[in-house]
Amino acid sequence: MAYQNFTVETDKDGIALVTWDMKGRAMNVFDLKAMEELAAIVEDIATNDSIKGAVVTSGKDSFCAGADLTMLEDMLGAFTKQAAKKPEAAMQMLFDESRKLSLLLRRMETCGKPVVAALTGTALGGGFELALACHYRVAASDSNGKVGLPEVKVGLFPGAGGTQRLTRMLAPIDALPLLLQGTELAFSKAKAMGIINETVPAADLVATAKKWIVGGGEGVQPWDREKFKLPGGPVFSPNGMQTFAAANALYRKETFDLYPGIRAVMSAVYEGLLMPMDIALRIESRYFAHVLRTPQAAAMIRSLFISMQALSKGARRPAKVPATKLGRIGIIGAGFMGAGIAYVSARAGIPVVLIDRDQASADRGKAHTEDLMTKAVQRGKATEEAKGKVLSLITASDDYSALKGCDLVIEAVFEDRGVKAEAMAKAAPYLSADTIIASNTSTLPITSLAENVADPEKFIGIHFFSPVDKMMLVEVIMGKKTGDRALAAALDFIRAIRKTPIVVNDGRGFYTSRTVMTYIREGHMMLLEGVPPAMIENAGRMAGMPVGPLSLNDEVAVDLAWKILQATKKDMGAKAIDPRQEALLEEMAVKRGRAGRKAGKGFYDYDGRKKQLWPGLAEIVEPKPAESFDIEELKQRLLVAQALETARIFEEGILTDVREADVGSILGFGFAPWAGGTLSYIDMMGTDKFVKTAKKFQKKYGERFKPNALLVDMAAKGDRFYVRFNPEKTRKKAA
Amino acid sequence: MADALIFDHVRTPRGRGKKDGSLHEVTAVDLAAQTLDAIRDRNGLDTTMLDDVVLGCVDPVGEAGSDIARMAVFKAGYDTSVPGVQINRFCASGLDAVNFAAGEIISGQHGLTIGGGVESMSRVGIGASGGSWPVDPSVALPAYYMPQGISADLIATKYGFSRTEVDAYALESQKRAARAWKKGYFKNSVVPVRDVNGLTILDRDEHMRPETTMQSLASLNPSFEGMAAMAGFDAVGIQAHPEVEKINYVHHAGNSSGIVDGAAAVLIGSKQAGKKAGLKPRARIRAYANIGSDPALMLTGPVDVTKKVLKRSGMSLDDIDLIEVNEAFASVVLRFMQAFDLDGEKVNVNGGAIALGHPLGATGAMLLGTALDELERRDLNTALVTLCIGSGMGTATIIERV
Repeated sequence: MAYQNFTVETDKDGIALVTWDMKGRAMNVFDLKAMEELAAIVEDIATNDSIKGAVVTSGKDSFCAGADLTMLEDMLGAFTKQAAKKPEAAMQMLFDESRKLSLLLRRMETCGKPVVAALTGTALGGGFELALACHYRVAASDSNGKVGLPEVKVGLFPGAGGTQRLTRMLAPIDALPLLLQGTELAFSKAKAMGIINETVPAADLVATAKKWIVGGGEGVQPWDREKFKLPGGPVFSPNGMQTFAAANALYRKETFDLYPGIRAVMSAVYEGLLMPMDIALRIESRYFAHVLRTPQAAAMIRSLFISMQALSKGARRPAKVPATKLGRIGIIGAGFMGAGIAYVSARAGIPVVLIDRDQASADRGKAHTEDLMTKAVQRGKATEEAKGKVLSLITASDDYSALKGCDLVIEAVFEDRGVKAEAMAKAAPYLSADTIIASNTSTLPITSLAENVADPEKFIGIHFFSPVDKMMLVEVIMGKKTGDRALAAALDFIRAIRKTPIVVNDGRGFYTSRTVMTYIREGHMMLLEGVPPAMIENAGRMAGMPVGPLSLNDEVAVDLAWKILQATKKDMGAKAIDPRQEALLEEMAVKRGRAGRKAGKGFYDYDGRKKQLWPGLAEIVEPKPAESFDIEELKQRLLVAQALETARIFEEGILTDVREADVGSILGFGFAPWAGGTLSYIDMMGTDKFVKTAKKFQKKYGERFKPNALLVDMAAKGDRFYVRFNPEKTRKKAA
Repeated sequence: MADALIFDHVRTPRGRGKKDGSLHEVTAVDLAAQTLDAIRDRNGLDTTMLDDVVLGCVDPVGEAGSDIARMAVFKAGYDTSVPGVQINRFCASGLDAVNFAAGEIISGQHGLTIGGGVESMSRVGIGASGGSWPVDPSVALPAYYMPQGISADLIATKYGFSRTEVDAYALESQKRAARAWKKGYFKNSVVPVRDVNGLTILDRDEHMRPETTMQSLASLNPSFEGMAAMAGFDAVGIQAHPEVEKINYVHHAGNSSGIVDGAAAVLIGSKQAGKKAGLKPRARIRAYANIGSDPALMLTGPVDVTKKVLKRSGMSLDDIDLIEVNEAFASVVLRFMQAFDLDGEKVNVNGGAIALGHPLGATGAMLLGTALDELERRDLNTALVTLCIGSGMGTATIIERV
């Protein structure tokens, strides 16, 4: 029989070699057709007497990337449509549809014949679940491959047996971290843990798999044998009780109970391990269908998978501009940012000229790459050879003439108009008319910086986040005159260094800096109201932010917050700032010299890696009893402040694509991933309720919560961002 | 409604709840049966008149499993017409058993009942009965499950009790318990545990450490810090009480209740039934109450339930002469006294579970008996008995002499 996605060849020993190779896709994924075809193949293996066993492998250098998430989106769409009329039937349909892969894999593992997974490379999500349902797993040692169940990262959880099989292969204490964090394991690590049976060179993969079958490998899973014992012992044993009690606490510690998908893993594992496999899988399926329906899963899939992929692939790139040649790039300023940009560029194989005012400074910038590469080698993430190659790509110099011939020059000097102008002037003689010039800045308006260059059309802002090697987002800022070529070059470069771009228009603080400052400000205001400092910090984290607002201010620097406030006051007038916040920052940064982490003291006291809220805060504002405050309202205020600012920025036209607002907020400043980002947060709450909440806060806490006209209008019309500004439609209109 | 009168109370001494404890060799059902023996014999009770035996037991598994109250009835040789039921509300089970037994009288359905409890912690380990509370995410998360000791530390942190304060409280418990024993305040109620030949196995509480000093307490390391950090329970506490930056770990074996074996029984009945049986009432149960309280703090239920029972009975703490608050942990009692602005003068006057031990299912009935004996000795009228309870609950009973 001929399949679109698979080939099946049965050899003289009766072993069917099932090779998965989807046409037109870089990686295999489970979509409806692939599942339908695999089901037919499994039936054939089960019922065809001439087939003694099977090896499942891939025709690509990776095995399978998991399920096609758009398939899940469609499933959910069909459910939503039907749910209004026949809720019970709709739920049954969703349950049945969403467990198809689970049943298919169960059919495979109980077909009575041995099935071996031969992993050519990475197997994630559903792909790894397929491998787990096989009776034996062989992986290519020379492939750089990984296995893992990353579903929780997009709000879902492994719904095709992953939660049940992994916890029957490993003790829950070892399996749960993989499930709860979506950790990906290199083949060698997976083998050491016993998840993969053998690793051999790719060339020997299929032969090794077949050898196991010929050697008498049986088609029965350990958990389907009569005397099977759970590796961690029964749940209700002293060991099991301890494991699950701690796992529940650690789940809360890590997630603040904000992620229904991760919580469902906990429940599916706990309840599943009390039952035999078939019932356990049914329990897992019930939770899977439940999680699919949560707004968090929908928002996370949309922002963290679909939108992020679209933006990374250049959704905002002007299509007509040909690919930018990035033969060599120049970076001016070898400080922490410039050095970081040099590192990520060289790691992507792009030759870099790294310039600073003297050779020693330039060399220090290059040394940053050496440090990072040395660490990578120590951790087994890079070879000595790769380190040498990366270092050889970076030329550190104090001679601006070395910029000659660069296709893109990124200026990353100190955040000061004068310093930046001077750097541009020094570089100008060595740049050609075609050179694209980018300025790395988090605050200075791009349109005015463009005055420093000959051709503003070729000038653009690129805002990297610190530390550059870790932060995945790059905020691209269009000056008034920035042209398509500059935009295309910036996006091509960002794609080359494998980061995700958002493109915004010029404006004070652009998008991310401006929005995150509202989070910090709200923390300040709470402190001034007498909210106990720890409660402010915990409220931030419990809302889903990576750190509390006061801690974040310490990282950003308290004196910087003070300076930004002063600059805003100077440029926009006294009304643009809150005098109470100004007084607090003056007290902290100016009068008491508590400038933040860099000074070893800010809102916290620092002692090496340890920190503790500064007890002296009580002298500045006496805290009120915790009972005077509602933690739910504090959490909401911190998120609403940021979401509201985003809505304003969107209305002002600085942001133009709802996906960029969401992806930028999560990757840029860690805005509550469970909500899918700032605008998804508003959509999830509903604009009507959001506006009501903002108005309530406006009354209680001040004008900074006044909802903008766009939001008020949307609320009146029952509109949502992803409806009114649907990126699909917007794109079609533009095309 | 009938009055529930208390005719008598007995308890076993509390044996150290370890393998070297004196009561380790005695079965749980034997401990319970010996209190039933004693209360029958010293009251000349015709057991055919008894309508029920209600016993608290927190880990009712293994030898303490099924229905230990009915089994104790057999072992004590009560008439087979006497039924038994075991109940469990964690640490307050013994007091709840008394309340349930009293409720049977108050409702007019029964005439004469026994309430009490039993726990052999040396033989059936704490937590042996399992349960969903810590392990089932759908329960553990809304319940903010964490081990009690961490909750006790959270209480100390939230309400500001220092290590010195909790240790000082523990020292006072030891001193008061030692004095009470020395002066024979417990002699009316404690019945020795004997072997099958009548030989005494244990006749006094053996967990006490009268030699305790502030220095010896200060040398003990906090018990719960390591577990809290490793298993993430610190975060559970902080997320429930986010004004807390970090938990101050102050509790250890010396200022927490002792793990012990023991049993207790309280004879309760209506006026009419008492008269018929020739019993003289010592007190009546004036009111009792139960409540659910903050599950993360877990052990502040005595504050909430005391407010509830006082309000319902139209009383204030000024009407109460003596108070027994179970010393599960020092911070529990300190918080109780702080909440009601009490000094220690009428609280746990003869020491408590820190010195004497806390045989989970039995303690509530023991505290009730201790309060009754002390009311009589001091010739006072009214006492309040209350216990904190796992997962955040409280039980309280008010008794008054008749």
